[in-house]
Amino acid sequence: MLRLMPALAASAIGIATAIGGYTFVYARGYSYLSNDPQACANCHVMDDHLRAWTRSSHHAVAVCNDCHTPPGIVPKYVTKAINGFNHSVAFTTGRFPEPLRITPRNAAVTEQACRKCHDAIVFAIESPPGSEQISCIRCHFTVGHLE
Amino acid sequence: MPGRPERRERFGATRALVLTGIAAVVVTLAVVALLVNIFQRKQEARNPFYRVVELTDDTDDPAVWGKNFPQQYDQYRRTVDQVRTRYGGSEAVPRTPSEADPRSIVAQSRLEEDGRLKTIWAGYAFATDFREERGHAYMLEDQTFTERQQVTKQPGTCMNCHASVYVPFKKLGGGDLVKGFEAMNQMPYFEARKLVNHPVACIDCHASDTMALRVTRPAFMEGIRALKASQGVENYDVNTMASRQEMRAFVCGQCHVEYYFKGTEKRLTYPWSKGLKVDEILAYYEENPHNDWTHAETGAPVLKAQHPEFEMWNQGIHARSGVACADCHMPYVRVGAMKISDHHVRSPVLNINNACQTCHKWSEEELRARVYTIQDRVFNLRNRAMEALVALIADIREARGRGIAEGHLAQARRLQRHAQFMLDFVEAENSMGFHAPEEALRILAEAIDFSRQGQLALRGVPVPGLKTGAVARPGEGTTPDRR
Repeated sequence: MLRLMPALAASAIGIATAIGGYTFVYARGYSYLSNDPQACANCHVMDDHLRAWTRSSHHAVAVCNDCHTPPGIVPKYVTKAINGFNHSVAFTTGRFPEPLRITPRNAAVTEQACRKCHDAIVFAIESPPGSEQISCIRCHFTVGHLE
Repeated sequence: MPGRPERRERFGATRALVLTGIAAVVVTLAVVALLVNIFQRKQEARNPFYRVVELTDDTDDPAVWGKNFPQQYDQYRRTVDQVRTRYGGSEAVPRTPSEADPRSIVAQSRLEEDGRLKTIWAGYAFATDFREERGHAYMLEDQTFTERQQVTKQPGTCMNCHASVYVPFKKLGGGDLVKGFEAMNQMPYFEARKLVNHPVACIDCHASDTMALRVTRPAFMEGIRALKASQGVENYDVNTMASRQEMRAFVCGQCHVEYYFKGTEKRLTYPWSKGLKVDEILAYYEENPHNDWTHAETGAPVLKAQHPEFEMWNQGIHARSGVACADCHMPYVRVGAMKISDHHVRSPVLNINNACQTCHKWSEEELRARVYTIQDRVFNLRNRAMEALVALIADIREARGRGIAEGHLAQARRLQRHAQFMLDFVEAENSMGFHAPEEALRILAEAIDFSRQGQLALRGVPVPGLKTGAVARPGEGTTPDRR
């Protein structure tokens, strides 16, 4: 019995790894490392948002990650990881309110994202540092996802 | 004692192995559970419709349709719910069933809530029994057992909107919908009642083969054709020329409208050939003389406005922005991977989350407060318009008793007719002004003015009369000269 122990433990790990690997591929886990907008709609919840993006003014110049992740490799993947975890939990348990509302953190990321490209035009109308920023998407709310 | 440390070492290694094995098992279980969940979610995204029964153009039983569309059918059945909002919705009021009326639960009486309605409708069946509307599920039952049936003889025309009549119309007309419509209009109510079985059902709005929205009421087809003709569109056929989004309002407009029974053949008619505004409808009734009843206290030939939701909505900002009835009263809900129209038709105030927040990014409290601000304002002005009309009615009654010039009396009665119809247009409309806030307030303000002018006319003061809409510019107001 004792002699079988290493073999049993090894096969348990092997099975876990195999099923885990299969699940990862089956769920297209690798796609989440990419920039492909299709990855964001792996779960059907995002179907409408993806469709609305294809009809928006920005679909030729920006993908999901351009507006929904901050600049810089590390902040980008940290944001992806936080959202990925939250979304997985929400979608797996099915406990999320509708209509979907953006979280404060993600709203701030998106708000900053406008400035990645448009900073040169809008810096003159920015509020002084420390005070509340003017929100781009309060008025331009259809640029990313056409209603 | 040699070997002891060695044994201890082996024991430690064994424990590590066992723990690793257990951990691997737990991880495997969790991953398998996740895998199955992902599989289920992926299945959701596939085509979720299963045809288990064949639906034809003669299937009027919604339960049969429900076999193919269980989710929609479940929601449809929930229109039995009785929930109040501040100004609408119904409350379940228990009553003792009688032979004439076996209902054990009804909605609250509007006449008891506001006794002025009895004065305004004196001499009309509505002054006998008028209750808050209940959900779609009750439309046939409530119409069958209302006390109005006992004080007046109603025609089969009522079935148009209180029952699923598409299939009965076709049967009665030998396959011809319009012929069946004409035949049922001329039947007495209780004879027509035997021909129908269901309140509004799937087939009244949907084509059985494609599920596309479809107008089935000849009165709406004729009404909208007359309206479009007045806008320069000839021979409008709603079922081939309306867009999908238009249909999401038109199917509701088949019933939620102002109407009358035209001529001795009691043809259900929507008075739209001049337009949908209250003034245009009144102008229609002037050109096609009609009165619903003669007022018992004043002798005025008066009109009762009926639930003109479609007309009022058409004057509001939501209609102007292309938002249809179904967008707020049947908003999309997610069921699995599918979005379906919520067939539990109800007040958006009970469902702000799906009904309003899809477009308006504000909190529920904020949106509810906005709605109630509008409705409170309209309700206040509605009360004043009612006071004004009741005062005019009292004055006419008193003047009649005293005996005044026939010309003055006739003018006051005409003003009563107009004030009453305009007030009713807001009062009978089931949104307390929300469908078109400014329009509702305008109508009430003009109704108050007509009551005021009516009182002046009785005193022999010349009044400008029945101008509505944009007539007054600075310096030429409608206040009469007092010589």
